[in-house]
Amino acid sequence: MTPVTNVIICGTGGQGILLASEILCSAARSAGNDVKKSEVHGMAQRGGSVSSHVRFGDKIYSPLVEKGCADLILAMEKMEGLRWASYLAPSGRLVACDLRINPMTVNTGLAEYPDIDAIMIEKKLPVSLVPAVEIAGELGNMKVVNVVLIGAVSTHLPIGLEHWHNAVRERVPSKFLEINLEAFRRGRELFGQAETRRTSRQVNR
Amino acid sequence: MRKKLNTVVEGTLLLSGNEAVARGAWESGVHFASAYPGTPSTEILETIGEEYDEIDAQWAPNEKVGLEVVAGASFAGARVLSAMKHVGLNVAADPLFTLSYIGATGGIVIVSADDPGMHSSQNEQDNRLMGRAAKVVVLEPSDSQEAKDMVGEGLRISEEFDTPVLLRMTTRVCHSKSLVGVGPRKEIAVQGYKGDIRKRVPIPAHARAMHGRVEKRLRELSEWGSGSMLNRIEEGDPSIGVITSGISYQYVKDVCPEASVLKIGMSNPLPWKLIERFINMVDRVVFVEENEPFLEDAVRARFLIEADGKNIIPVEGELNPEIVRNALKPGSVKALTWRPVDLPARPPSLCPGCPHRGAFYCLSKIKGSSTGDIGCYTLGLMPPYNALETTVCMGASIGVLSGIEKAVGREGMGRLVAAIGESTFVHSGITGLIDMVYNGNTGTVMIMDNSLTAMTGGQQNPTTGKNLKGGDAPVLDLEGLVRACGVEYVRVVDPHDLKEMERVLKEEIEREALSVIITRRPCIMSYRPKKRVVATVDLEKCIGCRQCMKLGCPAISWDEDHPDISGLLCWPNCNMCVQVCPAGAISKDLGGLE
Repeated sequence: MTPVTNVIICGTGGQGILLASEILCSAARSAGNDVKKSEVHGMAQRGGSVSSHVRFGDKIYSPLVEKGCADLILAMEKMEGLRWASYLAPSGRLVACDLRINPMTVNTGLAEYPDIDAIMIEKKLPVSLVPAVEIAGELGNMKVVNVVLIGAVSTHLPIGLEHWHNAVRERVPSKFLEINLEAFRRGRELFGQAETRRTSRQVNR
Repeated sequence: MRKKLNTVVEGTLLLSGNEAVARGAWESGVHFASAYPGTPSTEILETIGEEYDEIDAQWAPNEKVGLEVVAGASFAGARVLSAMKHVGLNVAADPLFTLSYIGATGGIVIVSADDPGMHSSQNEQDNRLMGRAAKVVVLEPSDSQEAKDMVGEGLRISEEFDTPVLLRMTTRVCHSKSLVGVGPRKEIAVQGYKGDIRKRVPIPAHARAMHGRVEKRLRELSEWGSGSMLNRIEEGDPSIGVITSGISYQYVKDVCPEASVLKIGMSNPLPWKLIERFINMVDRVVFVEENEPFLEDAVRARFLIEADGKNIIPVEGELNPEIVRNALKPGSVKALTWRPVDLPARPPSLCPGCPHRGAFYCLSKIKGSSTGDIGCYTLGLMPPYNALETTVCMGASIGVLSGIEKAVGREGMGRLVAAIGESTFVHSGITGLIDMVYNGNTGTVMIMDNSLTAMTGGQQNPTTGKNLKGGDAPVLDLEGLVRACGVEYVRVVDPHDLKEMERVLKEEIEREALSVIITRRPCIMSYRPKKRVVATVDLEKCIGCRQCMKLGCPAISWDEDHPDISGLLCWPNCNMCVQVCPAGAISKDLGGLE
């Protein structure tokens, strides 16, 4: 029996978390897995924290990942990545977009945005920070940040490349397919072997 | 173009619980559906509207009307579905409790989407208790496949046992996706309307007989439930027997796969015979259920057994695998490798460009505040506005304001107004306003008209000119309606015009008569700006006064001594920051956008 793979995708409202988790689910299904995912809508849509849990394997019961059991956390914003870090399994990995978005509590002066990089180093978190915004900028479409990130985590998950391609095709409007496939490729090559042109910033190994 | 789901008649789809309910309605031949939006139930009717043309579906002004119209359609022999969030069932409780006596002609499934954990609700009521009180059947799906199947089974039960069926979902089931096997639609003819006074007019003489039928029905259903596939025993280790329902079942299977499990799919009336058999099979009984000890109290009262339940599982909040693991296997909880860090909260906030921002900014500026209501504008309570002080339920802002004036007079009320969205006003604010007029109140009601039911993701309502299916609809004349209620002073103001907004607020609050201010500007979710223009800050001119920060706009953050406006977040059709800057340091050319 294939063990269950647990993934959490987190970030803030409007970052395309739901599309990213849909692509992951489609890829996992394409590879023949049972899949469940869970997210909470509602108040979160107004710029609040948003998260999506995805679990896949032979047979899935709970749609929620248990604390300390996430094989992978994909954070579209780095403080949100830190917020979910307690869900990481000892062997898990956090891949975060190297992006800061101030919450309103910081904007209104009620709180300070902490030095996330320093905390990640101090806690020895297994983190990779990905320049996904920069890459999306180079591709000329800021909406593909989430697909760059999905590309970046694709090598960390037990799903073959063809299934990822199937999933992007299934979930992205055909008009934007090419740029999304390119975004996926650029993300994926960050963690590729020989062909790596730009390495992601490793905070800790 | 993606194919609509009504063209997919076989295979497996990854569906949310809500999408699965819509699918179940379609496959089981539902003719008619009605609902008022409410998280986490909204996507049920949205999906029906978007994907399943064969079902006539519509938004109702509130849940009570939503249930009444489906009741009427059932009387005429149509299969029907109504959906609402848990507190919506309170609004629809009046028709529900008597519909229970009347029963169903065409099958009636009523979806109650409860919100354990209060992800987006004001309370955590467990509507299995409502179902028991109303003496209707309660079904509890634990994933999307069951959600789909239970719609069909619910309709069948409804018709066979002549009862409304409550499909009790929870946020986690509504908003989780899992694989669902799908099939074609089964077309069923609408039976046609035939009057039946003894069945449908509960004057006392009839109602007494009806109540007798209800009690008989519950006894028969309990008997039937012991043999139904809805409730099942999964035999395992006899040393622990878990009785569970809904999403809790999935957590139990994850953390304690070896346990014997009684999975309850129909939680009212309970299948006593099956429960008795299970209790006798196992050494120890544990109830794992979210919120109220619904199964636990009933089973323990009937069989007088020792058992664990709410002594080890909290009543408050949503369950999750950790909580269930802690309860069932206290020793096996995983030690965390990385402890949680204290981080600034990221609460929701009004969107950049939100029309409500202008109203709350001005209300806060004149040191006013509001009795609030249910919608995006509830966020008026947040800093920097701090301009909303009460919320009870849909429509309550108006009644609460009246009551405060009755208790402490105009002086004691100070600069309080009622703040209510147009959709909430239509839902249940109108009667509060009539009460104010009738009973001589002098307060100010601010109807925040963004022409969209926004908090739930942007649904049409009677003020928007569109219906659920995207067709044109008459636009409700709010000013005319308010005047017809007897309000003499009615003002309409653009909340983005801050000077005017402030002036109108001051004048109407000071007026010693009842007044209504309609703040009117469309929600930013309802249109696409023609071009991308953003506000810029001239650092030479900026005096660092922080006035712009009082707008609480997510696009504006403070960078040491000046504002930084995010070009990514700044909304094109808005220049409120330009208006509030006393130094003229912020500029934005709205040319042609307004």
